[in-house]
Amino acid sequence: MDSNNLFLVLGALIFVVGATGVLLRRNALIIFMCVEMMLNSVNLSLITLSRMWGNLEGQIFVFVIMAVAAAEMAIGLAILIAHNRHVRNINIETLNLLRN
Amino acid sequence: MSVFAFLIGTLSLAAAIGVVVAAKPVHSALFLMANFATLAILYVLLDAQFLAAAQVIIYAGGIVILILFVIMLIGHDPADHSHQDLTRPAMASLVLGAILLMSLGLQLTGHLEVGTDGGIASGGSPSAIGTELFTRFLLPFEFVAILLLVALIGALIMGRRESGEPEEPAG
Repeated sequence: MDSNNLFLVLGALIFVVGATGVLLRRNALIIFMCVEMMLNSVNLSLITLSRMWGNLEGQIFVFVIMAVAAAEMAIGLAILIAHNRHVRNINIETLNLLRN
Repeated sequence: MSVFAFLIGTLSLAAAIGVVVAAKPVHSALFLMANFATLAILYVLLDAQFLAAAQVIIYAGGIVILILFVIMLIGHDPADHSHQDLTRPAMASLVLGAILLMSLGLQLTGHLEVGTDGGIASGGSPSAIGTELFTRFLLPFEFVAILLLVALIGALIMGRRESGEPEEPAG
């Protein structure tokens, strides 16, 4: 197995670990962390593929993904804090303000 | 180089698992920082020096600190036992396992036809990335700037206490 394959496999493994966290954990903060981890594993795959193809387009894509992740994190944490102000916890089982 | 990459990759995966199984959010955040740092090392190995630096600055320096601040404000959740309750969603584990098997099988058995495998001539140095970013990808770059501005204003508005709302009780 050459090293490019190693990086791609690692990206897939970290992505699945992150998806497991999103599905299993109930704390909204930890779910956010797992989402960041999934974005990062995709970044790793994109950088590996960018090297395999020998051009920089994948790395530009990763740059954009980083900016989107930062924006998502700022908005998401602001929503969490605003929600916590009303409900007093961040367990996603209680995140049902829009349901009834 | 391959042994070193394997070692760092193992560390990264272990940190990723630590994020999911840690009981306290603070431990998850620290594992997340370890994951980001090891990924930055891998980026250097992959000829992406600029992105490695950006990874350390944006993720390890910015996002993790933001998460730690929010944990300091609201992270305590005594009712969360989901780190002990990992047997519950059998369906989720089946689906995820199938996805993982398919992707790993494709990568290990399939043969990916690529143009060149000799790496990037100029590497991912800041000047190479900057040249690409400000010539071919100028429009996406501008959109990213607008996106960040909108996110900044949105976070400000949502984080602000509304004028009619009562003050937070002390403690």
